[in-house]
Amino acid sequence: MIEINNLSVSRDGARILHDVTLNVPPGRLAAIIGPNGAGKSTLLHCMAGLLPPDCGQVLVNSRNIHALSEARRALILSLLTQAQGTIPRLSVQDLVAFGRWPHHRGRPTATDRAITAKALARFDLDQLATRNVETLSGGQRQRAFVAMAYAQSTPWMFLDEPLAALDPKYVRDIMDRLRDMTGDKTGQRSIALVLHDLSVAARYADFCIAMKAGRIIAAGPWRDIVTSDLLSDLYDTPLRVAQLDGVPVVMGL
Amino acid sequence: MRLFPRALIGGLIGLFLLAGASLLVGATNLWNTQLDTGMVLAISRVPRTLAAILAGAGLALAGVVVQQSVQNRLVDPGLIGTPEAAMLGLLAVTLLAPGAALLVKMSVASVSALAGTAGFFLLARLVPRRDPMLLPLVGLIYGGILGAMALWLAWMSDLVQFMGIWQTGEFSGVLRGRYELLWIIAALAVVLFILADRITLLGLGEEYARALGLNYLQTVLLGLGCVAVTFAVVVVTVGAMPFVGLVVPNIVSRWRGDNLRRNLPWVALLGALFVLGADLLGRVVRWPYEIPAATIFAVLGAGLFLWLLHNRKVRRHG
Amino acid sequence: MAERRLVALGVAVLGLCAVFLLWNLRAPIGLILELRAEKLAALVMVGAATGAATVIFQTIATNRLLTPGIVGFDALFVFTQTMLVLALGGAGYVALAGTVKFVVEAAVLMAAAMALFGILFRNGAEDMIRMILTGVILGVLLRGLAGFAQRLLDPSEFAVVQQASIASFNAVDPEMSGIAALVLICGLGAALWLAPRLDVAALGRVQARVLGLDHDRLVLTSLGVVAALVAVSTALVGPVTFLGLLAASFAHALLRDHRHSVLIPAAALMGAAILVAGQAVFERLLGLQSALAVIVEFAGGLLFLALVLGRRAR
Repeated sequence: MIEINNLSVSRDGARILHDVTLNVPPGRLAAIIGPNGAGKSTLLHCMAGLLPPDCGQVLVNSRNIHALSEARRALILSLLTQAQGTIPRLSVQDLVAFGRWPHHRGRPTATDRAITAKALARFDLDQLATRNVETLSGGQRQRAFVAMAYAQSTPWMFLDEPLAALDPKYVRDIMDRLRDMTGDKTGQRSIALVLHDLSVAARYADFCIAMKAGRIIAAGPWRDIVTSDLLSDLYDTPLRVAQLDGVPVVMGL
Repeated sequence: MRLFPRALIGGLIGLFLLAGASLLVGATNLWNTQLDTGMVLAISRVPRTLAAILAGAGLALAGVVVQQSVQNRLVDPGLIGTPEAAMLGLLAVTLLAPGAALLVKMSVASVSALAGTAGFFLLARLVPRRDPMLLPLVGLIYGGILGAMALWLAWMSDLVQFMGIWQTGEFSGVLRGRYELLWIIAALAVVLFILADRITLLGLGEEYARALGLNYLQTVLLGLGCVAVTFAVVVVTVGAMPFVGLVVPNIVSRWRGDNLRRNLPWVALLGALFVLGADLLGRVVRWPYEIPAATIFAVLGAGLFLWLLHNRKVRRHG
Repeated sequence: MAERRLVALGVAVLGLCAVFLLWNLRAPIGLILELRAEKLAALVMVGAATGAATVIFQTIATNRLLTPGIVGFDALFVFTQTMLVLALGGAGYVALAGTVKFVVEAAVLMAAAMALFGILFRNGAEDMIRMILTGVILGVLLRGLAGFAQRLLDPSEFAVVQQASIASFNAVDPEMSGIAALVLICGLGAALWLAPRLDVAALGRVQARVLGLDHDRLVLTSLGVVAALVAVSTALVGPVTFLGLLAASFAHALLRDHRHSVLIPAAALMGAAILVAGQAVFERLLGLQSALAVIVEFAGGLLFLALVLGRRAR
């Protein structure tokens, strides 16, 4: 469970989040949606403990995330950031192995190697294991970074727009695997991610957080949030949720 | 428009006051009755003051030309290898023809400085434009390489002490008969003033300038030629002085906008004011010893550059 | 694989050292050997310190174009030295034991570097080129300040500091060698101790923090180590700007490995190899005493330009 109480956050002197209070249940795939500049990314970074709040607090599994040391925090949650900035000159295997760093801090054990191998297999990266990350396509690279976050084996995983600029095939690749993780019997993960594609959110998320102008507009099971009225209001443009072959689709009108 | 000449007159009065102070301040006391005051003035103080004014104006004008032709405001001709290239030419001519007349040496240094500046100009076309900060960095390193070559040449030929003199601009050695070359700068200033509109067009980039009917290559060569000659003259007579060509044009364009024809007198005036001021400061701070004007300018200029670098308003223009 | 190449590099450096010591050895053998050993020790120490410092610095700056020299670490050292002379007076400065001087100067440099560049890295991490340019100009400023402060000294005091501001591999102060070796060993030890954390820091600040690295603290510690290593090389031979770039780039190219536990020793060996081989060639073969410093700077500058222009491709 994540409990966010009266959270306010500023960046470069400008207030981005205003008095956010929110509970995110565990074991779900929670999507954060909202128009550009709503503060989705900022909320995620603050939940991940990387941005200090002006006031308020974030409790992850009842522990104040901003009071934890960096080392302890990395055992509770992982974050996949939007742009990986400098693309490291590493092999895929080495990159994924870095996910284990919080556990061994420089001295990998047999367990760490086994979990790395499992992550590579789970994300179909075996064939690419020795390839340099720089040489991968966008979709493959994103999969490698998700595998790294997976290898970190934290109860919570946060992803900031993991699907930006990906082809439909890769979107499906990644979302299917993420959904599988929340359903795992052993080592179940709780996932929160920022999504731009509302149809993807409608299809995969089982919890939705709607944000606008630094505030939470609504949060709850996707059935309550992904409705034509609420989305049209949220994005200030007419939107409609329809069913296509039993799958929810969001369209502009 | 009415305010413009009045402010300029104010600036000129300031320059005259500073020049007056420059005539009075120095290691020798003018009121010492044993000395011929007129002699001291005529041989040392007047030439020195004029040299500082001419060098300052020339370096500042050179800064404008280079910044327009590479379309980057953070570039200073003193920090892109021009002085080092001039030194290379001087060393070469000193080695090959030690007895050559000063004017011959000067010409060789000018040609060499032009080649060095043109080299940077070609390099600038290869450097990605996205990031305005990258070009000055490349310029610094390029200048460093040319400087290493010059130092190596000087080493081989026992001319290192000359390098020291050329590298640090100072006016204490300026005497009558040893600064007159600097008057070339006054002539170049007139040329630049005639070219002003064309140089403004350079700042729009090659495609625009061509579309507006400018002979791009000719204008660039003319402009860079003026820069090269200015630097050759300054290096030979007083020594290199970085940051003048960077700081002055930036201050003027922040203050008065970007109309080059109207700005050129200001650039020349402020350049002269700053360099004369630095020289005067260098004479006063540790009297009766002197601190080279270039040393003072390196400290103040680098400080101002850092400020420009971290100031949002300037960065947007890049 | 990388380990094997590291060992090969180590053997090559040992071979170079043997050649340097024994080549064309004439009587009086004992004296010449002693002189050569002294110079060799200085060359190896400077190369090792500069190479290791540069790899660490490039990692925390996540930029493979930088060296501590480019952003003015050595200028900071010369400035520190000048200020010390200014504070103590020339006579007082000379009266200080070499060891005490060095320790004080190194300590001041470490503190100043941590304060100055710590702020720079924390605030400028997003805008890398601006940060580099700031560093470069800061270097120019510090050099200017040092020059300015030197002019405030008496001519006799001026002579004390002037010799420290130009790089020369010939005028090594033997008194310095002992303490420099000690600091170098401590510095390299600390660097290897930091190595696993540096591996993570190479992923970038945000990713490193996600993986539970206290990035701010690592940056400060690393800057301290870098400053100590730069102090070693600057105290021994004066400022060298591009040697580290050569050493670090070659080490990266040779190993093709991200682990700092092998990269740091490789860069240290590479730096030593460049200097020893360069000095052997220029001094023995070509008979040019002072050329090495200039040639290293020249080659390093060219490499820098090649790296900048090569980045266009991406």
